[in-house]
Amino acid sequence: MLEIMEGSHAVAQSVGLCRPEVIAAYPITPQTHIVEALAEMVADCTIDAEYITVESEFSALSACLGASAAGSRVYSATTSQGLALMFEVCFNCAGMRLPVVMSIVNRALGAPLSIWNDHQDSISLRDSGWMQLYAEDNQEAIDLHYIAYRAAEDHRVLLPSFVCFDGFILSHTYEPVDMLSQEQVDSYLPPFKPYHRLDAADPISFGLFASPDYYMEFRYAIDQAMNQARNVLPEAGRVFSEMFGRDYSGMVEEYRLDDADCAIVAMGSICGTAKDAIDEMRDAGKKVGLLKIRAFRPFPVKEVQKALAGVSTVAVLDKNISLGSKGAVALEIRDALYGSQIPVLDYIIALGGRDVRKKDIAAVVDGAEAGKGDIYYGLREEVLK
Amino acid sequence: MRELRIHGRGGQGSVTAAELIAVAAFEGGMFAQAFPAFGVERRGAPVQAFVRFDNQKIRLRSQIYEPDYIIVQDSTLIRDVNVFQGLKEGGIAIINTEKALTYPFPKGVKVITIDATSIALKTLGVPITNTTLMGAFAAASGEIKLDALEDAVRRRFKGDLAEKNIAAAKEAYRFVKEAS
Repeated sequence: MLEIMEGSHAVAQSVGLCRPEVIAAYPITPQTHIVEALAEMVADCTIDAEYITVESEFSALSACLGASAAGSRVYSATTSQGLALMFEVCFNCAGMRLPVVMSIVNRALGAPLSIWNDHQDSISLRDSGWMQLYAEDNQEAIDLHYIAYRAAEDHRVLLPSFVCFDGFILSHTYEPVDMLSQEQVDSYLPPFKPYHRLDAADPISFGLFASPDYYMEFRYAIDQAMNQARNVLPEAGRVFSEMFGRDYSGMVEEYRLDDADCAIVAMGSICGTAKDAIDEMRDAGKKVGLLKIRAFRPFPVKEVQKALAGVSTVAVLDKNISLGSKGAVALEIRDALYGSQIPVLDYIIALGGRDVRKKDIAAVVDGAEAGKGDIYYGLREEVLK
Repeated sequence: MRELRIHGRGGQGSVTAAELIAVAAFEGGMFAQAFPAFGVERRGAPVQAFVRFDNQKIRLRSQIYEPDYIIVQDSTLIRDVNVFQGLKEGGIAIINTEKALTYPFPKGVKVITIDATSIALKTLGVPITNTTLMGAFAAASGEIKLDALEDAVRRRFKGDLAEKNIAAAKEAYRFVKEAS
């Protein structure tokens, strides 16, 4: 049944339904209403979790790491600078194969200081060994948490996962969502069964020293787990679709792409605006479609190749920039299409919360069809002087 | 799709008004989306909040540039902010003011002025006009029903505070209905 609520509160409710046993967070800007709402739920005994308030984001994720190693289902949420402070612990969670799930409410990184949305924070942890899922709307943001836990805790994977959704644009928006019942979530998400765990009666160690004779094999094993996630994520999405009707069986989603000449590729909430813009362009006779990237890590190379096989131009909307190179999504798309003759044009867009309208999407498509790309879209020349 | 842009000053409850209007619209069977324009949240600083209404799922995420409706919580904003920017022809502007306004209003829009501050002071005891103006919006636009608005207010505020806010909204609703 649909009900209307703020994105942050909707995510907090869905996380509560996942029965986390330990939640750790650092409640300072940048933070969101998610951990505030979860703190209330713990205080009101509506969820049975240990809530640990700590002195920094580094400690928040460290507490999650320890609790996960002890065999608990854990949760945290952060954004921008907070995630930057977790950098080291992120790599440790993945290296120790701990299925931590964390909401990343995407926001820009300083300097200059910005509170607004882009994808630079999570993209900067691209190589950390966490799965990265991106939501278009609040319904998807909710549902991806169930899917993330199921896939992360699968013994074929055992990797942590970000669930990314756009700061303010989704987190602070009221819109209708369908919240599952506790029984439904319980039937989809069984209790966490750790593969290894810290146990005083049967001592083991996590995160030990690895000499050059061993380190590479550990890294290879993490990468192999990511490869397993390529199967497990769609499987978790398929089971979800069968049980509850909403389809997350693809690591990508195609929109009006079948006969498209120009394909837009994007992640997150900008996909909603792009869909509306595409409908208008289609009405005007332009064959345009969208490839939405739902999973950025592992990157769905085969799905991308299949979806873009028939198009003549690809325009990638990147809400991030790998400074000195290109947008991170465009680099992946070019790699996936290596050897094909399809031009892939990159548009760095909407950094630091700059608003994107339907007409901006249409302008990108016009530019791509004219071969004009690899630009920062909408730069204000008067500011640069 | 119809769109509403609310102009106010930090502390006047513009974001809450947007949320409650969306809740009331949703309870009335529509899809609705409410979100604020984020800036530096200071008391007195100009702020905006937005609401979309549609009979199907809303995907658009941009801010609102060509609204069907605007609500202006404080008429002194008109000096600093072009609150009418993009307001559609045939659109409705609801402006809180104590005295007659002498600004040149854009042509082709319906301007409704209401002394929401006095209504709020009388019923709530504080000059917070958001719920009052929600009543005026319900009457002028027909996008939300008064009883859905009451439910939305009761969900947000407790007991006596909710009833006072509802009384303020009802008085503004009657004022606009009688004036039109």
